[in-house]
This record gives sequence, structure tokens and C-alpha cells, in this order.
Amino acid sequence: MIVIENLSKRYADRTVVRDVTFDVKQGEILGFLGPNGAGKSTTMKMLTGYLTPSAGRVEVGGFDMAKDPIKAKGLIGYLPENPPVYPEMTVRDYLAFAAKLRGVPGREVKAAVDSVIERCILGEVPNKLIAHLSKGFQQRVGIAQALVHRPKVIILDEPTNGLDPKQIIQIRELIKSLAQDHTVILSTHILPEVQVTCSRVLIINQGTVVAEGKPEELEGKLRGGMRIELEARAPQSDIEAQLQDLPGVSNLLVSPKSEDLVRVSLEVPSGNDLRERIAAEVIGRGWGLLELKSVGLSLEEIFLKLTTADAAQSDSVAEPSEVLTHG
Amino acid sequence: MAKIWAIAQRELKAYFVSPVAYVVAALFMLVAGYLFSLILYHTREASLRGLFANLNVVFLIVAPALTMRLLAEERQRGTIEMLMTSPVSDRDIVLGKYLSCLLYLAFLMALTAIFPITLALLGNPDWMTILTGYLGIYLLGASFMAVGLLTSSWTNNQVIAAVATFALSLLIWLLPSAGAVVGQPLSQVFEYMSILQHQENLLRGVIDSSDVLYYVSFIVGALFLTIRSVEVYRWR
Repeated sequence: MIVIENLSKRYADRTVVRDVTFDVKQGEILGFLGPNGAGKSTTMKMLTGYLTPSAGRVEVGGFDMAKDPIKAKGLIGYLPENPPVYPEMTVRDYLAFAAKLRGVPGREVKAAVDSVIERCILGEVPNKLIAHLSKGFQQRVGIAQALVHRPKVIILDEPTNGLDPKQIIQIRELIKSLAQDHTVILSTHILPEVQVTCSRVLIINQGTVVAEGKPEELEGKLRGGMRIELEARAPQSDIEAQLQDLPGVSNLLVSPKSEDLVRVSLEVPSGNDLRERIAAEVIGRGWGLLELKSVGLSLEEIFLKLTTADAAQSDSVAEPSEVLTHG
Repeated sequence: MAKIWAIAQRELKAYFVSPVAYVVAALFMLVAGYLFSLILYHTREASLRGLFANLNVVFLIVAPALTMRLLAEERQRGTIEMLMTSPVSDRDIVLGKYLSCLLYLAFLMALTAIFPITLALLGNPDWMTILTGYLGIYLLGASFMAVGLLTSSWTNNQVIAAVATFALSLLIWLLPSAGAVVGQPLSQVFEYMSILQHQENLLRGVIDSSDVLYYVSFIVGALFLTIRSVEVYRWR
């Protein structure tokens, strides 16, 4: 449904999006995940024809955005980062305007507006001026304008922005229900959102795709390691030296907890459960072991690992992302 | 065409929902009425020629006030993103906006119908001259509006758009005086380009196709530049 090839956006002094390639199939919900400023919005703006890419190609439903923009745009419903609403219009007038702009025939406009008002839970406010609505309602009006012409492709930039928890659940349900007959791309920096709604995830950082896959797949593959945490009564430098030498230990962090207590956190590759060995080492040295446990890496941490520009972590980034993009 | 009309309609509604349309119309009529009475009192002529000549100055101020928001506000609010990602060409966006200007200008003209009616009650005006005079000021007003739409496409600051429209229109207005400085043959070119020059025949009751053509090409040129300027947004 959507094909993106080698998309780049360069400005005079910096490259915001670099060589992004992916495709989205009919009926898929693709999550576009990345920290703020990663290039998510810029990619979406190029995808919807608002910005011209510096290089690369966008194709929507078989139409090239550069050659056939009107036809390509006709298939898309788009919610930008900030809902593009006119404060002086009523919700109903605004949605009717959006419908006409997308070529909904005059006699069908009212029905289209009524149905989208119901879907986006705007039943309380159809005749209010948008200026008088809360942020949450304005955001839903923004989503409604993207759906009013029943587009095949729906692109939502941070759709749950500014909503309260109850509204967030409602909107996630709405997005899921869209998947039946639409193709959806949604961007977010909120992880649970991706886990709950998306069938596929693309993680973008500093303008490039760093990982791609199904949420559970991504979690499973990236959760290649485990973290071990312990609390011991030991001199900080000694225990650090002792544990550092164990095979496969990375990201070792030793911090003093109180007078003579230290907390240690370290990561090991999966299949290399060092807990028994560590216990033996600590006790063998005559230190007191107060606590020892293993903690799985959450998707949140994986995301952080992938998107933190920390040199120390860049090794662990390269491997799993390659596995995923080629697998 | 339906999309151009949808944009124009939305634009007009925006004028009339905010008090802009009414305030501009009321103040316009106040000034126009004042001029009309003064001129009538002094000349005692059943003609609108003097009024029309003076209304040009009013348009110089009204046009920036009406057009400054057209594209600048869309960009400032981010609503331009909705227009430009909808299946509407940049040309249709600009034409829709301009159509709303033309319609609002027609609304202002319709309000001034009270003046010829007053003349008809008092005397025997030459209707043909009044009609061509209306055509003359309508074309001039429409030209200033086209300049306004163009400058509004350059910035997302409405005040800058308004000041630029005013300055640019005034410069075009004053072209013949610059012609006097540079001398022949350039002065003839400047004379031809003067926006007031081409109105004279119309105010006198003569429709010369070259005058109408001047205004139409002026407007088409400004709209063309506006469309180009909107296209450039995509490269930012």
C-alpha cells in the first residue's frame, strides 16, 4: 500500500532523515517509534506530500507522490503533530470542510461528518467552536478530519497527544478498529502505545531506521540479555574488579548504598546465567550477600539502548538491529 | 472547482464569523459616505467620478487589512498542512483564497449602491459611466488584493504581510512619478505600468480592452507568483 524508498531530507546544516526505506501492507498498523527529534514527523510530512524529500521516493496505493500528488493524497488521511484546526469554525463545519476538500460528493458530506463525529466520540460538541474545546477534544477533531473521507491510508502523528488516560484507551481502540479496512501508520514516543496497537514497529533514531519487526518479535530478539542486580556488603572497588573479570559481563554499575553496602547491576548475554557464580564469588571473598536477582530487559530499555547515542552502548545496538532488519 | 469553492466559502465564513468583515465594511462605508457627501456638496454633480477616484486610496488601506491573514495565518496556525496534504493543487488553494477576496470586494461594492441610488433621486446620473467606473475601481481593488495575497504567502507574520502589501501597492501607484525622474524612453514604460493610469478611461465611461487587459494580466501575474511561493513551502 505504501512504499518508501531511500527517503532523505537534508537542510543546509543537517540531515534530518537519512535513507529510510520501508513498506506497509494493506491492513497493517505500523508503529513509528523514536525519541523526540528523531525524524518521525519529517518522515510523515514527506509521506503525506507536505514536504518534498531531498532524495528518495514515496508511493501510496501505486501512485508516486512526486508525479501524481493529487491521486496519492486522495488516498491519505493525515493528522499532523498539531491538529490543523480552525478555531473560528464549529466542529461540524470544520469536518464538512475537510470532507469537501477531500472530494466527498456534496450530498454525502453530512452522512460522512455524522459518522465520524460518532466514531471519534465528538457527540457532545458538534456545534461548538473549536476554539472553545479542550486540548483532548481538539486532538479528536484532528483525528476525525483524517478519517472523514474514509481514506485507505491513515497517517497519525502522535495521535494520543494531550489526551487523558480514558481518552487514550478510547482512541487506541478506535485505531485498532481502523485496521480492518485501512492501512495505518502512527508515530509515537510512547512505548505501550506501540505494544497495544501496532502489528509492526519501526524504530527510528537520528533520522535512520535502527530496528524493525513485530512488537513481540522485537522484544524477544532484543531481549537477548538479562540483567542481574545484587546488593552486597563489600568494598566498592574490590567487588567491581571481581565481577568485571567474569565472562560476558557488560554494563557493570556499582553504586554505594550506605556506609558499607553497595548495589551492583550488570548485564549478561542470555544463556549465560551467572547468578550462582556471582553468589559463590561474593561469599568466597567473605562478603555479605543481601540480595541477588535477575531482571529481564523491558522493551523500554531496548528502545533506550537503540536510541541513546551513548558510545559505550553502540556495540550492543549494532548487532540486534542487523538481525532484525535482515531477518 | 468544488474544492476551490469549498476553500473560498470557508474563507468568507471566517471573515464574517470574526468581526473583520463587518468592521471593515462599516468603516469603509463611513469613509465612502463622508467622501460622497463632501464631493456632492461641492460639485453638485450627479456623478460618482470624484468618489471613485478617492476610493482608490481607501482600497490601498483596505486590501492589506483583508488579505494579510489569507496564507500567513494558515502557516502560523499550521492549518496549511491540512490544505497541502489534501488532494488539492497549490493552484486551487490560491484560487480559492482569491475567489473569497473577489466576493468580499463585490460585497463592498454592493453596499455602495446606496450612492448611485441617492444620485438618481437627486438628479440624472449617467448610468453607463457609473457602471464602467465600478468596473474600474473593482479591477483596481482586485489588483491590490492580488498583491495582498502574494505578500501573505511570503511570511507567517500578518503585520509584515500587511505592511508589505501597502508598500508594494503604493510603489506601483507612484511609478509614473519615478518615470519623470528617469526620463524617456523608460518613463513611458513606467507610465504604462501605472495602476491608476488604466483606470482613467473607465472612470470617464470608456471601456478600452487594453486597460482591462492590464488589470487582468496584473492579477494573473500576482496569482502566478503566489502559487510559486506556495510551492516553495514544500522545500522547507
